[in-house]
Amino acid sequence: MAPALEEFQARIDREERIEPQDWMPEGYRRTLVRQISQHAHSEVIGMQPEGGWISQAPSLERKVILLAKVQDEGGHGLYLYGAAETLGVSRDEMIDAMHTGKAKYSSIFNYPALTWGDVGAIGWLVDSAAIVNQVPLQRCSYGPYARAMMRICKEESFHQRQGYDIMLALARGSAAQREMAQDALNRWWWPTLMMFGPPDADSIHSSQSFAWKIKRYGNDELRQKFIDQAVPQAEVLGLKIPDDDLQWDAATGHYRIGAIDWDEFQQVVSGNGPCSRQRLAHHRQVQEDGAWVREAVAAHAAKHQAGGDGLKADAHNPASAQEGGADAAV
Amino acid sequence: MPLFEVFVRSRRGLDHQHVGSLRADDAEMALLYAREIYTRRREGISIWVVRSADVTASQEEDAPAFFEPAADKPFRDATYYALPKEVKNL
Ligand SMILES: [Fe+2]
Ligand SMILES: [Fe+2]
Repeated sequence: MAPALEEFQARIDREERIEPQDWMPEGYRRTLVRQISQHAHSEVIGMQPEGGWISQAPSLERKVILLAKVQDEGGHGLYLYGAAETLGVSRDEMIDAMHTGKAKYSSIFNYPALTWGDVGAIGWLVDSAAIVNQVPLQRCSYGPYARAMMRICKEESFHQRQGYDIMLALARGSAAQREMAQDALNRWWWPTLMMFGPPDADSIHSSQSFAWKIKRYGNDELRQKFIDQAVPQAEVLGLKIPDDDLQWDAATGHYRIGAIDWDEFQQVVSGNGPCSRQRLAHHRQVQEDGAWVREAVAAHAAKHQAGGDGLKADAHNPASAQEGGADAAV
Repeated sequence: MPLFEVFVRSRRGLDHQHVGSLRADDAEMALLYAREIYTRRREGISIWVVRSADVTASQEEDAPAFFEPAADKPFRDATYYALPKEVKNL
Protein backbone atom coordinates (compact mmCIF):
# COMPACT_ATOMS: atom_id res chain seq x y z
CA MET A 1 0.00 0.00 0.00
CA ALA A 2 1.20 3.51 -0.79
CA PRO A 3 2.21 5.44 2.37
CA ALA A 4 -0.61 7.97 1.98
CA LEU A 5 -3.20 5.23 1.63
CA GLU A 6 -1.71 3.35 4.55
CA GLU A 7 -1.90 6.40 6.76
CA PHE A 8 -5.45 7.14 5.61
CA GLN A 9 -6.62 3.64 6.52
CA ALA A 10 -4.71 3.64 9.80
CA ARG A 11 -6.46 6.87 10.76
CA ILE A 12 -9.84 5.31 10.05
CA ASP A 13 -8.90 2.18 11.97
CA ARG A 14 -8.02 4.36 14.96
CA GLU A 15 -11.57 5.80 14.78
CA GLU A 16 -10.27 9.22 13.78
CA ARG A 17 -12.29 11.35 11.36
CA ILE A 18 -11.14 12.25 7.89
CA GLU A 19 -11.38 15.99 7.23
CA PRO A 20 -11.71 17.80 3.88
CA GLN A 21 -8.05 18.82 3.57
CA ASP A 22 -6.78 15.27 4.18
CA TRP A 23 -5.57 13.07 1.39
CA MET A 24 -8.17 10.45 0.54
CA PRO A 25 -8.48 7.76 -2.12
CA GLU A 26 -10.62 8.76 -5.09
CA GLY A 27 -13.01 5.86 -4.43
CA TYR A 28 -13.65 7.10 -0.88
CA ARG A 29 -14.42 10.56 -2.18
CA ARG A 30 -16.69 9.22 -4.90
CA THR A 31 -18.55 6.91 -2.52
CA LEU A 32 -19.17 9.77 -0.11
CA VAL A 33 -20.29 12.17 -2.83
CA ARG A 34 -22.77 9.53 -4.00
CA GLN A 35 -24.05 8.71 -0.54
CA ILE A 36 -24.21 12.24 0.90
CA SER A 37 -25.77 13.76 -2.23
CA GLN A 38 -28.37 10.99 -2.40
CA HIS A 39 -29.07 11.53 1.26
CA ALA A 40 -29.51 15.27 0.59
CA HIS A 41 -31.81 14.60 -2.36
CA SER A 42 -33.91 12.31 -0.13
CA GLU A 43 -34.39 15.04 2.47
CA VAL A 44 -35.49 17.54 -0.16
CA ILE A 45 -37.69 15.21 -2.23
CA GLY A 46 -39.10 13.99 1.08
CA MET A 47 -40.67 17.42 1.57
CA GLN A 48 -43.14 16.72 -1.22
CA PRO A 49 -45.46 13.97 0.08
CA GLU A 50 -45.95 15.76 3.42
CA GLY A 51 -45.75 19.27 1.99
CA GLY A 52 -48.94 18.65 0.07
CA TRP A 53 -50.78 18.26 3.38
CA ILE A 54 -49.72 21.53 5.02
CA SER A 55 -52.69 23.45 3.62
CA GLN A 56 -55.05 20.56 4.44
CA ALA A 57 -53.96 19.85 8.01
CA PRO A 58 -56.96 19.21 10.29
CA SER A 59 -56.15 22.02 12.75
CA LEU A 60 -54.01 25.13 12.99
CA GLU A 61 -51.75 23.37 15.50
CA ARG A 62 -51.20 20.37 13.21
CA LYS A 63 -50.53 22.79 10.41
CA VAL A 64 -47.74 24.72 12.15
CA ILE A 65 -46.23 21.45 13.35
CA LEU A 66 -46.19 19.96 9.86
CA LEU A 67 -44.83 23.19 8.43
CA ALA A 68 -41.98 23.10 10.96
CA LYS A 69 -41.28 19.46 10.15
CA VAL A 70 -41.14 19.97 6.40
CA GLN A 71 -38.96 23.05 6.95
CA ASP A 72 -36.55 20.89 9.00
CA GLU A 73 -36.27 18.42 6.13
CA GLY A 74 -35.28 21.25 3.80
CA GLY A 75 -32.66 22.27 6.36
CA HIS A 76 -31.37 18.68 6.51
CA GLY A 77 -30.95 18.75 2.76
CA LEU A 78 -28.89 21.93 3.06
CA TYR A 79 -26.63 20.57 5.84
CA LEU A 80 -25.95 17.58 3.62
CA TYR A 81 -25.37 19.46 0.37
CA GLY A 82 -22.91 21.58 2.35
CA ALA A 83 -21.11 18.46 3.60
CA ALA A 84 -20.94 17.04 0.06
CA GLU A 85 -19.58 20.34 -1.25
CA THR A 86 -16.53 19.97 1.03
CA LEU A 87 -15.60 17.07 -1.28
CA GLY A 88 -15.28 19.37 -4.28
CA VAL A 89 -18.60 18.68 -5.98
CA SER A 90 -20.92 21.56 -6.83
CA ARG A 91 -24.60 21.91 -5.95
CA ASP A 92 -25.48 22.20 -9.63
CA GLU A 93 -23.69 18.96 -10.47
CA MET A 94 -25.53 17.15 -7.70
CA ILE A 95 -28.96 18.47 -8.67
CA ASP A 96 -28.24 17.71 -12.29
CA ALA A 97 -27.29 14.12 -11.44
CA MET A 98 -30.65 13.71 -9.72
CA HIS A 99 -32.59 15.23 -12.60
CA THR A 100 -30.90 12.96 -15.13
CA GLY A 101 -31.50 9.92 -12.92
CA LYS A 102 -27.78 9.31 -12.27
CA ALA A 103 -28.23 10.02 -8.57
CA LYS A 104 -31.12 8.43 -6.72
CA TYR A 105 -33.03 9.38 -3.60
CA SER A 106 -34.77 7.17 -1.07
CA SER A 107 -37.38 4.95 -2.75
CA ILE A 108 -39.88 5.68 0.02
CA PHE A 109 -40.72 9.16 -1.29
CA ASN A 110 -42.05 7.74 -4.54
CA TYR A 111 -45.19 6.62 -2.71
CA PRO A 112 -48.15 8.99 -2.43
CA ALA A 113 -49.45 10.48 0.84
CA LEU A 114 -53.15 9.86 0.21
CA THR A 115 -54.71 10.71 3.58
CA TRP A 116 -53.94 12.59 6.79
CA GLY A 117 -53.20 9.16 8.25
CA ASP A 118 -50.26 8.96 5.86
CA VAL A 119 -48.76 12.09 7.41
CA GLY A 120 -48.86 10.29 10.76
CA ALA A 121 -47.44 7.07 9.31
CA ILE A 122 -44.62 8.91 7.53
CA GLY A 123 -43.52 10.71 10.71
CA TRP A 124 -43.79 7.60 12.84
CA LEU A 125 -42.41 4.95 10.45
CA VAL A 126 -40.32 6.75 7.83
CA ASP A 127 -38.64 9.14 10.27
CA SER A 128 -38.08 6.28 12.75
CA ALA A 129 -36.41 4.26 10.00
CA ALA A 130 -34.35 7.30 9.03
CA ILE A 131 -33.20 7.64 12.65
CA VAL A 132 -32.16 3.98 12.82
CA ASN A 133 -30.11 4.56 9.65
CA GLN A 134 -28.69 7.89 10.72
CA VAL A 135 -27.61 7.24 14.31
CA PRO A 136 -24.60 5.13 13.24
CA LEU A 137 -23.76 7.71 10.56
CA GLN A 138 -22.94 10.16 13.36
CA ARG A 139 -19.75 8.09 13.65
CA CYS A 140 -19.07 8.00 9.92
CA SER A 141 -15.36 8.38 9.18
CA TYR A 142 -15.90 11.56 7.17
CA GLY A 143 -16.03 14.47 9.65
CA PRO A 144 -18.38 16.89 7.84
CA TYR A 145 -20.91 14.11 7.18
CA ALA A 146 -20.74 12.84 10.76
CA ARG A 147 -21.28 16.36 12.15
CA ALA A 148 -24.20 17.01 9.80
CA MET A 149 -25.75 13.76 11.03
CA MET A 150 -25.45 14.85 14.65
CA ARG A 151 -27.38 18.01 13.90
CA ILE A 152 -29.98 16.06 11.94
CA CYS A 153 -30.48 13.32 14.52
CA LYS A 154 -31.18 15.92 17.18
CA GLU A 155 -34.06 17.24 15.08
CA GLU A 156 -35.47 13.92 13.91
CA SER A 157 -36.91 12.86 17.22
CA PHE A 158 -39.51 15.66 17.00
CA HIS A 159 -40.48 14.34 13.55
CA GLN A 160 -41.00 10.84 14.81
CA ARG A 161 -42.97 11.99 17.85
CA GLN A 162 -45.32 14.29 15.95
CA GLY A 163 -46.05 11.42 13.56
CA TYR A 164 -46.78 9.02 16.38
CA ASP A 165 -48.91 11.70 18.03
CA ILE A 166 -51.05 11.91 14.88
CA MET A 167 -51.39 8.11 14.81
CA LEU A 168 -52.32 8.12 18.48
CA ALA A 169 -55.06 10.72 17.94
CA LEU A 170 -56.50 8.73 15.03
CA ALA A 171 -56.21 5.40 16.83
CA ARG A 172 -58.11 6.82 19.82
CA GLY A 173 -60.69 8.49 17.59
CA SER A 174 -63.79 7.34 15.72
CA ALA A 175 -64.05 4.07 13.81
CA ALA A 176 -63.38 5.95 10.58
CA GLN A 177 -60.26 7.56 12.08
CA ARG A 178 -58.97 4.20 13.32
CA GLU A 179 -59.55 2.81 9.87
CA MET A 180 -57.59 5.68 8.36
CA ALA A 181 -54.66 4.98 10.68
CA GLN A 182 -54.73 1.26 9.90
CA ASP A 183 -54.93 1.92 6.16
CA ALA A 184 -51.91 4.23 6.35
CA LEU A 185 -49.93 1.63 8.29
CA ASN A 186 -50.92 -1.00 5.72
CA ARG A 187 -49.55 1.05 2.87
CA TRP A 188 -46.38 2.41 4.53
CA TRP A 189 -45.13 -0.65 6.44
CA TRP A 190 -43.51 -2.59 3.62
CA PRO A 191 -42.05 0.40 1.74
CA THR A 192 -40.52 1.53 5.05
CA LEU A 193 -38.83 -1.86 5.51
CA MET A 194 -37.41 -1.49 1.98
CA MET A 195 -35.79 1.83 2.96
CA PHE A 196 -32.93 -0.13 4.54
CA GLY A 197 -31.99 -1.45 1.11
CA PRO A 198 -31.67 -4.96 -0.29
CA PRO A 199 -30.57 -7.90 1.87
CA ASP A 200 -26.85 -7.74 2.66
CA ALA A 201 -26.21 -10.76 0.47
CA ASP A 202 -27.31 -8.71 -2.58
CA SER A 203 -25.91 -5.33 -1.58
CA ILE A 204 -23.33 -4.04 -4.05
CA HIS A 205 -21.64 -1.16 -2.24
CA SER A 206 -21.09 -2.68 1.16
CA SER A 207 -17.73 -4.29 1.93
CA GLN A 208 -15.53 -1.33 0.99
CA SER A 209 -17.87 1.03 2.86
CA PHE A 210 -17.40 -1.09 5.98
CA ALA A 211 -13.60 -0.95 5.67
CA TRP A 212 -13.85 2.82 5.29
CA LYS A 213 -16.29 3.06 8.21
CA ILE A 214 -18.80 4.90 6.11
CA LYS A 215 -21.15 2.07 6.94
CA ARG A 216 -21.11 0.26 10.27
CA TYR A 217 -24.12 -2.03 10.22
CA GLY A 218 -25.63 -4.21 7.53
CA ASN A 219 -28.99 -3.42 5.94
CA ASP A 220 -30.63 -6.46 7.53
CA GLU A 221 -29.34 -5.63 10.98
CA LEU A 222 -30.70 -2.07 10.81
CA ARG A 223 -33.99 -3.27 9.38
CA GLN A 224 -34.33 -5.73 12.25
CA LYS A 225 -33.62 -3.00 14.78
CA PHE A 226 -36.40 -0.92 13.29
CA ILE A 227 -38.87 -3.82 13.26
CA ASP A 228 -38.15 -4.66 16.90
CA GLN A 229 -38.92 -1.06 17.88
CA ALA A 230 -41.95 -0.50 15.65
CA VAL A 231 -43.97 -3.65 16.33
CA PRO A 232 -44.58 -2.88 20.03
CA GLN A 233 -45.34 0.74 19.12
CA ALA A 234 -48.06 -0.48 16.74
CA GLU A 235 -49.44 -2.61 19.57
CA VAL A 236 -49.81 0.45 21.79
CA LEU A 237 -51.76 2.09 18.97
CA GLY A 238 -53.96 -1.01 18.72
CA LEU A 239 -53.08 -1.32 15.04
CA LYS A 240 -52.15 -4.48 13.18
CA ILE A 241 -48.87 -4.79 11.26
CA PRO A 242 -49.90 -5.94 7.76
CA ASP A 243 -47.87 -9.15 7.86
CA ASP A 244 -49.55 -12.49 8.63
CA ASP A 245 -46.17 -14.15 9.05
CA LEU A 246 -45.00 -11.70 11.69
CA GLN A 247 -44.07 -13.49 14.92
CA TRP A 248 -42.01 -13.04 18.03
CA ASP A 249 -39.01 -15.34 18.12
CA ALA A 250 -38.25 -15.83 21.79
CA ALA A 251 -35.06 -17.75 21.04
CA THR A 252 -33.39 -14.79 19.30
CA GLY A 253 -35.34 -12.00 20.98
CA HIS A 254 -36.39 -10.59 17.60
CA TYR A 255 -39.55 -10.33 15.54
CA ARG A 256 -39.57 -12.49 12.39
CA ILE A 257 -41.28 -11.01 9.36
CA GLY A 258 -42.69 -12.41 6.13
CA ALA A 259 -41.04 -12.04 2.72
CA ILE A 260 -40.34 -8.55 1.41
CA ASP A 261 -41.38 -7.95 -2.20
CA TRP A 262 -37.99 -6.98 -3.63
CA ASP A 263 -39.42 -6.83 -7.16
CA GLU A 264 -41.49 -3.87 -6.06
CA PHE A 265 -38.38 -2.28 -4.58
CA GLN A 266 -36.46 -2.76 -7.84
CA GLN A 267 -39.34 -1.21 -9.77
CA VAL A 268 -39.45 1.84 -7.52
CA VAL A 269 -35.66 2.26 -7.46
CA SER A 270 -35.48 2.14 -11.24
CA GLY A 271 -37.88 5.05 -11.49
CA ASN A 272 -41.23 3.28 -11.80
CA GLY A 273 -42.65 4.05 -8.38
CA PRO A 274 -46.20 5.40 -8.19
CA CYS A 275 -44.94 9.02 -7.91
CA SER A 276 -41.40 8.81 -9.33
CA ARG A 277 -42.05 10.97 -12.37
CA GLN A 278 -44.17 13.43 -10.44
CA ARG A 279 -41.50 13.94 -7.74
CA LEU A 280 -38.73 14.68 -10.23
CA ALA A 281 -40.94 16.80 -12.46
CA HIS A 282 -42.00 18.89 -9.47
CA HIS A 283 -38.39 19.36 -8.33
CA ARG A 284 -37.34 20.38 -11.83
CA GLN A 285 -40.28 22.78 -12.11
CA VAL A 286 -39.51 24.46 -8.77
CA GLN A 287 -35.85 24.71 -9.75
CA GLU A 288 -36.81 26.42 -13.03
CA ASP A 289 -39.42 28.66 -11.43
CA GLY A 290 -36.85 29.85 -8.90
CA ALA A 291 -34.19 30.68 -11.50
CA TRP A 292 -35.13 34.37 -11.55
CA VAL A 293 -34.60 34.62 -7.79
CA ARG A 294 -31.10 33.17 -8.03
CA GLU A 295 -30.34 35.50 -10.94
CA ALA A 296 -31.66 38.53 -9.04
CA VAL A 297 -29.55 37.68 -5.98
CA ALA A 298 -26.45 37.26 -8.13
CA ALA A 299 -27.13 40.56 -9.90
CA HIS A 300 -27.61 42.33 -6.55
CA ALA A 301 -24.32 40.94 -5.23
CA ALA A 302 -22.49 41.92 -8.43
CA LYS A 303 -23.86 45.46 -8.21
CA HIS A 304 -22.64 45.82 -4.62
CA GLN A 305 -19.20 44.52 -5.47
CA ALA A 306 -18.87 46.84 -8.47
CA GLY A 307 -19.81 49.94 -6.45
CA GLY A 308 -17.31 49.22 -3.65
CA ASP A 309 -18.64 47.23 -0.75
CA GLY A 310 -21.98 48.81 0.02
CA LEU A 311 -21.97 47.26 3.48
CA LYS A 312 -20.14 49.15 6.18
CA ALA A 313 -17.95 46.45 7.61
CA ASP A 314 -17.65 48.12 11.02
CA ALA A 315 -21.42 48.20 11.41
CA HIS A 316 -21.58 44.47 10.83
CA ASN A 317 -18.46 43.37 12.53
CA PRO A 318 -18.15 44.14 16.20
CA ALA A 319 -14.70 42.55 16.36
CA SER A 320 -13.13 44.96 13.92
CA ALA A 321 -15.12 47.86 15.36
CA GLN A 322 -13.67 47.24 18.81
CA GLU A 323 -10.17 46.49 17.68
CA GLY A 324 -9.94 49.46 15.37
CA GLY A 325 -12.39 49.97 12.56
CA ALA A 326 -9.61 51.00 10.17
CA ASP A 327 -9.08 47.34 9.34
CA ALA A 328 -12.49 47.15 7.87
CA ALA A 329 -11.47 49.47 5.09
CA VAL A 330 -8.35 47.49 4.17
CA MET B 1 -2.02 45.34 9.87
CA PRO B 2 -5.33 43.56 9.42
CA LEU B 3 -7.06 41.69 12.17
CA PHE B 4 -7.71 37.95 11.88
CA GLU B 5 -10.17 35.73 13.71
CA VAL B 6 -8.68 32.42 14.82
CA PHE B 7 -10.51 29.08 14.90
CA VAL B 8 -9.00 25.90 16.33
CA ARG B 9 -10.09 22.31 15.88
CA SER B 10 -9.16 20.65 19.14
CA ARG B 11 -9.63 17.10 17.95
CA ARG B 12 -10.39 15.30 14.70
CA GLY B 13 -14.12 14.99 14.23
CA LEU B 14 -14.95 18.22 16.08
CA ASP B 15 -15.84 21.58 14.56
CA HIS B 16 -13.32 24.41 14.52
CA GLN B 17 -14.12 26.76 17.40
CA HIS B 18 -13.44 30.45 17.67
CA VAL B 19 -10.65 31.09 20.15
CA GLY B 20 -9.80 34.76 19.60
CA SER B 21 -8.15 37.18 17.22
CA LEU B 22 -4.74 38.55 16.31
CA ARG B 23 -3.05 40.96 13.93
CA ALA B 24 -0.82 39.86 11.08
CA ASP B 25 0.35 41.13 7.70
CA ASP B 26 -1.23 38.29 5.81
CA ALA B 27 -2.99 34.99 6.29
CA GLU B 28 0.19 32.96 6.24
CA MET B 29 1.72 35.01 9.04
CA ALA B 30 -1.59 34.89 10.90
CA LEU B 31 -1.39 31.10 10.89
CA LEU B 32 2.10 31.17 12.35
CA TYR B 33 1.14 33.68 15.02
CA ALA B 34 -2.00 31.70 15.84
CA ARG B 35 0.10 28.64 16.45
CA GLU B 36 2.28 30.57 18.89
CA ILE B 37 -0.51 32.49 20.58
CA TYR B 38 -3.33 30.00 20.83
CA THR B 39 -1.91 26.48 20.63
CA ARG B 40 1.12 26.34 22.88
CA ARG B 41 -0.35 23.48 24.89
CA ARG B 42 -1.51 21.10 22.21
CA GLU B 43 -4.89 22.82 22.07
CA GLY B 44 -5.53 21.68 18.56
CA ILE B 45 -4.70 19.84 15.39
CA SER B 46 -5.90 22.39 12.85
CA ILE B 47 -6.20 26.18 12.70
CA TRP B 48 -8.31 28.43 10.50
CA VAL B 49 -7.63 32.13 10.20
CA VAL B 50 -10.17 34.45 8.63
CA ARG B 51 -9.82 38.20 8.03
CA SER B 52 -12.07 39.85 10.61
CA ALA B 53 -13.25 42.24 7.91
CA ASP B 54 -14.62 39.22 6.06
CA VAL B 55 -16.84 38.28 8.97
CA THR B 56 -20.38 39.57 8.65
CA ALA B 57 -22.05 39.37 12.03
CA SER B 58 -25.59 39.93 13.17
CA GLN B 59 -25.92 42.56 15.87
CA GLU B 60 -27.17 42.03 19.38
CA GLU B 61 -29.98 44.54 18.81
CA ASP B 62 -31.13 42.47 15.83
CA ALA B 63 -31.44 39.39 18.03
CA PRO B 64 -35.23 39.61 18.39
CA ALA B 65 -35.74 39.68 14.63
CA PHE B 66 -33.31 36.80 14.20
CA PHE B 67 -34.19 34.50 17.05
CA GLU B 68 -37.51 35.40 18.60
CA PRO B 69 -39.60 33.59 15.96
CA ALA B 70 -38.28 30.32 17.45
CA ALA B 71 -39.47 31.19 20.96
CA ASP B 72 -43.15 30.43 20.48
CA LYS B 73 -42.57 27.13 18.65
CA PRO B 74 -42.13 24.60 21.43
CA PHE B 75 -43.63 22.00 19.08
CA ARG B 76 -40.24 21.82 17.38
CA ASP B 77 -39.00 19.83 20.39
CA ALA B 78 -39.74 16.17 20.91
CA THR B 79 -40.68 16.79 24.55
CA TYR B 80 -43.76 18.73 23.40
CA TYR B 81 -45.53 15.43 22.63
CA ALA B 82 -46.83 13.37 25.53
CA LEU B 83 -46.45 9.65 24.97
CA PRO B 84 -48.24 6.78 26.69
CA LYS B 85 -45.88 5.29 29.27
CA GLU B 86 -45.73 1.92 27.53
CA VAL B 87 -44.26 3.34 24.32
CA LYS B 88 -40.55 2.61 24.00
CA ASN B 89 -37.78 3.79 21.65
CA LEU B 90 -39.48 6.92 20.44
FE1 LIG C 1 -34.62 14.63 7.76
FE1 LIG D 1 -37.32 13.86 9.44
